[in-house]
Amino acid sequence: MNLNFFGAALFVLATLVSSPLWAEEASAVDRTATGGAQTLEDIMARQQQLKVDESFRSENLGNPANAAPISGQLGTNGGRSDADIWRGVRYNEADIRSQARTPAATVLIQDGGMPWYKLREGPLITYGGLALLGMIALLTVFYFIRGRIKIDGGPAGTTIERFKAIERFGHWLLAGSFVALGLTGLITLMGRSFLIPMMGPDAFATMAAGSKWLHNNVAWAFMLGLVMTFVMWVAHNIPNKLDWQWLKAGGGIFSDAHPSAKKFNAGQKIVFWMVMILGFSVSLSGLSLLFPFQMPMFADTFGFINGILGTSLPTDLAPHEEMQYANIWHSIVAFVMMVAILAHIYIGSVGMEGAFDAMGNGQVDLEWARQHHDLWVAEVKAKQGEGGSS
Amino acid sequence: MKVMIAGFVAALVIAYAAPIVLDQFGWSSSAQYSSETSVRLDQSSR
Repeated sequence: MNLNFFGAALFVLATLVSSPLWAEEASAVDRTATGGAQTLEDIMARQQQLKVDESFRSENLGNPANAAPISGQLGTNGGRSDADIWRGVRYNEADIRSQARTPAATVLIQDGGMPWYKLREGPLITYGGLALLGMIALLTVFYFIRGRIKIDGGPAGTTIERFKAIERFGHWLLAGSFVALGLTGLITLMGRSFLIPMMGPDAFATMAAGSKWLHNNVAWAFMLGLVMTFVMWVAHNIPNKLDWQWLKAGGGIFSDAHPSAKKFNAGQKIVFWMVMILGFSVSLSGLSLLFPFQMPMFADTFGFINGILGTSLPTDLAPHEEMQYANIWHSIVAFVMMVAILAHIYIGSVGMEGAFDAMGNGQVDLEWARQHHDLWVAEVKAKQGEGGSS
Repeated sequence: MKVMIAGFVAALVIAYAAPIVLDQFGWSSSAQYSSETSVRLDQSSR
């Protein structure tokens, strides 16, 4: 079984690596007839979306040594033609000066717009959308196979307080703002492709403007909810040996077993740390997008990575590039979070009897609590006993 | 359920208040204009 799986994985990997779609490049072009400038073959290759080595242009920026004498009739342009200078502007190699003292004033052409746009409109929407739909399909299939996880023997009829009001408030502040951010983010990302054909550009423009306003501003509620839940629950989410036992038993999801757990089981701890780490990351990239000139982060991040891994990621980034990287990263992290949170919403609502009460009114059935968080129930009972005897 | 609704309402209140509060610090994330320290790329400079 494992050998078959390994063989299949190897086959898929080999297919991807050797596929011409992944590595299709334009053939070498003889540019002697144009003196090194681009040829019709270059233009045709770009039109066919083949990968073209742009170094013949990006490195062809003129040579000051060839400059005409300054005493010449037309003066000198530093050995550079207009075309040389504009190539330098395009590839961010020109020495641009401006009286405008604004952060992006000297960036006249930014060459990364189209690759960013293609990545955003292509793979990002395709794979992100498929991941969301895939998770919804998976949960639907799981529901029909496993059904709703019931309380063995039925509810006890008595309840125990699972979460205090402040804990539930923090959770719903985080959850409500996350859902709003997810929906408005998807409208912003996918609206051009899916909503404009349905509702037309005028109606979509109004919706997009509203989405942008809500997305930019409700982000602060998300960050506050993130901080609140971190402070309240981090102590209960430190991994321990018990989590390994819980994971080995599959959390009882695929069986009728009820592995022991304290206030949070290993599955909940995974959700907690995923939300905290990815939530922190998506907040940072979101802040960078809100304040691109005050909080550029990718140049420093790339510099940090280069220092550790010895890579050569770009560290001299124009504000536009910062935003392009931040936007792509922001979207990828958000998709991962949305996919995981779909599963969290499922198990906290339709997937398990009695689970929603924990965040609904804070009171859970005692039998539910004993089956899913037996050690936590014992701790609470022991504290109540101490309180009663003191 | 009351706490859940309170959380949602709080998120909207924060969203409404955020640009007003930020503007006090000169951080005009949602402002529709450019300033000396904050430039919108989709508008020409003054």
